[in-house]
Amino acid sequence: MKNLFSTLWNSVATLPLLGMLCLIALPSHAIDIKEVRSPGGIKAWLVQDKSIPVISLNFAFKTGGTAYDPAGKEGLARMVAAMIDEGAGDLSSQAFQRQLQDTAAQLSFSASTDKFRGSFRTLKANQDDAFRLLALALNKPRFDDKPVDRIKGQIIASIQRSAQDPDMIGARAWYQAAFPNHPYGRPSDGTIESVKTLIAKDLKDFMRRHVARDSLIVAVAGDISPAELEQRLDQVFGTLPARGNAKKIAEISPVAAGKTIVVDREIPQSTVMFGHSGIKRSHPDWYIATVMNRILGGGGFSSRLMEEIREKRGLAYGVYSYLNPYDHAALYMGGVATANARVAESLKVIRAEWKKMAENGVTAKELAAAKTYINGSFPLRLDSTRRIASLLLAVQINNLGKDYLDKRPSLINAVTLADIKRVAKKLLRPEALTVVIVGQPKGIQSTP
Amino acid sequence: MIPLRLQTAVLGIVTAMVTLIATPSSSAVFNPESFMLKNGMQVVVIPNRRAPVVSHMVWYKTGAADEPRGKSGIAHFFEHLMFKGTKSVPPGEFSKIIARHGGRDNAFTTQDYTAYFQIVARDKLDLVMRLESDRMRNLVLTDAEVLPERDVVLEERRSRTDNNPGSQLWEASRAALFLNHPYKIPVIGWKHEIEQLTTKDALDFYKRYYVPNNAILIVAGDVDAKELKPLAEKYYGVIPRGRKIVRDRIKEPPHLAGRRVEMASRRVGQPSISQTYLAPSYATAKGNQAYALLVLAEIFGGSSTAQLYRSLVVDQALASSAGAWFGADALDYGTFGLSASPRPGVPLKKVEVALQAEVKKLLKKGVTAKELKRAVSSMVASAVYARDSLRAAPNIIGRALSTGRTIADVESWPERIKSVTVDEVNAAARAVLRTEASVTAILRKKKKAGTD
Repeated sequence: MKNLFSTLWNSVATLPLLGMLCLIALPSHAIDIKEVRSPGGIKAWLVQDKSIPVISLNFAFKTGGTAYDPAGKEGLARMVAAMIDEGAGDLSSQAFQRQLQDTAAQLSFSASTDKFRGSFRTLKANQDDAFRLLALALNKPRFDDKPVDRIKGQIIASIQRSAQDPDMIGARAWYQAAFPNHPYGRPSDGTIESVKTLIAKDLKDFMRRHVARDSLIVAVAGDISPAELEQRLDQVFGTLPARGNAKKIAEISPVAAGKTIVVDREIPQSTVMFGHSGIKRSHPDWYIATVMNRILGGGGFSSRLMEEIREKRGLAYGVYSYLNPYDHAALYMGGVATANARVAESLKVIRAEWKKMAENGVTAKELAAAKTYINGSFPLRLDSTRRIASLLLAVQINNLGKDYLDKRPSLINAVTLADIKRVAKKLLRPEALTVVIVGQPKGIQSTP
Repeated sequence: MIPLRLQTAVLGIVTAMVTLIATPSSSAVFNPESFMLKNGMQVVVIPNRRAPVVSHMVWYKTGAADEPRGKSGIAHFFEHLMFKGTKSVPPGEFSKIIARHGGRDNAFTTQDYTAYFQIVARDKLDLVMRLESDRMRNLVLTDAEVLPERDVVLEERRSRTDNNPGSQLWEASRAALFLNHPYKIPVIGWKHEIEQLTTKDALDFYKRYYVPNNAILIVAGDVDAKELKPLAEKYYGVIPRGRKIVRDRIKEPPHLAGRRVEMASRRVGQPSISQTYLAPSYATAKGNQAYALLVLAEIFGGSSTAQLYRSLVVDQALASSAGAWFGADALDYGTFGLSASPRPGVPLKKVEVALQAEVKKLLKKGVTAKELKRAVSSMVASAVYARDSLRAAPNIIGRALSTGRTIADVESWPERIKSVTVDEVNAAARAVLRTEASVTAILRKKKKAGTD
């Protein structure tokens, strides 16, 4: 997701109002992570928090994202995500939904490119029924014909809507161009044709291949003790198959470097998406690239891109860049939306900023401000059980270790000007950007 | 509530495709503390000791519906300009200072209020109070900052509205629903009027509305009233009271004729229909009516087991989505809405007929005690979930206080919802679901020949 909210600071000597500046990062407050292992061998991370009587549980199956959809069955993972709570065990779709509503539990599934995820929240008082329904959905989904048809209709409707949404059109064209003949280049929701072919058997096959204990990761936050959680883990996940059978996804680098692709749409404002290869989450330079990106275009109001595009020239409401790592590829991407007549100017400014940072790196002031922001704002995200669970899940998915929250500030603080200069030079290649423009940009044509 | 100064996705505009659950919620357990500064500024503190973090907000009881005629968009445009400089903070530095201290900040504008917020570590509370109170009185605006920002707002309008036929139709339907009241004008403003806004317009707006007696300070998190009071007095209490502001907006005449707006565009991917009814709001409803309308929206179209979804989507298999919502948070008028989108291959007309049949059935048969009980219990649960975050409480309370309600109203929300009766829901349905007080909005795909 584009991080447009966050901001950065890049000038020190301008604040007579604020005599004293505290540049020390907020200490990560007491987040006590317990590792729980159930009698059945299911592992989970838990942050116990009794202040509100709710329990949040997030989980992921590491190899179950849309990239694993079989050829011709694109859209399968998303379809499963929408179908799991549409009837399970003895309960029809409506009966299941009604019971879920009566327990006031919140349950949703989703498929990203690489992962299949679930997110669950219940009131402590209703947890018996809520966990029973979660277990039922995950272990015994019915995939009845009628709900399958209904959900298919909804997905097709959503595909039709996306087909006219400039952001979605742009993303689709970008990934298609960058990853031809690779699962990452296919539309995650599938196509109308591929979704039409999906039947209950496909959904069941998906569950067998991907929803298994060997790829499961679980994170929990809220009002539940380790002993209680152990029981719940076995109840929900204990009877899933031990092993899945996901195919291998090939490692890939984006192609189409340097290409410009214009998708003609009669709209007053062009939506622009640009990017080239990036670095993976596991790469040793990750933290350096994170700090660099915050200064270039990930820092909201005072990133260089925002300063040049929005503040100085009024060219756009938003402009941004982000590191976009996948399991089998890595991208560095960005975007802007601007009136058709001003696309060329905006791209010129963006490429110039890319080049400037590649050649000169960043300033000491920018570096200091980026560090205090990244470290200081991090704990602000942990304000609900759901967000804590979601962070614990991400830390496990990326193998960052239980002490990550304590370690992270020093990893960020260790980044030097020379580090950024080195990484920027390698990473930022303005001539390699693949640019997709949806709209009628003045004076720009697709690269032949 | 619509424009944020900056945000991740174009939200806002309720297109007919989305099934919306009526905005919840709150509970008798936020337990806020409140006091008044001498200059008329209300202060609310919502202690929440979970983390050493505070959310600091200032709400101005002024929004787009308070704009002078012909100056549409000034409230939102001015919100952007509040991030320019003051006598002591150079232009563009505000957000950078917050960020350098590890905080996040932003703002948003609606018809009825404009709010600014920072989320920071508790030891930065003093800093953000100093900065926020500074820009309440010391803002400096010149054409050099104002004019490029106007271009930014025009780009924002293109993103939100002009690039999106669903949003364009939503604007048209609001303009048709309100015959007289300023809610008919979009929060972001009409393009031709935004283009003409000047630095002087902004400063006039600032002088008139950005005064402590028109503002509410809300701080949630690791702080209590005893700690906050001296800071509030130090930073906000010293600002002189401004002119008294009376919010007495023009009223709607009786609605005698239902309206219909239609739009066909090649840029429509999925057709849809919505029907929006003029309704009372929390602030204007008599007795339990607003609460009854919330329950009605939940029963009729708030979930996948609600009447609309069950009938149109599951049983008759005509629609891919169908729902109802009630916007109760408004100073003057609420709106009750229905929406549906056809399943691929089903003509929109069929969905419209089925939707109307459901409304008729609802008005004839009413809701049942069982449906009421189920809806109420899930709504009351949402109030517990609202406590599971630092952000919900200040937002819910700020919205209430700037639209004519009280803290007691917010705190008693679950009790009021529980007290709603079947008769009240049915009476509210009959009072509000009147075609003559509604606008139907039709969004079609334009094909090469003909439509739909």
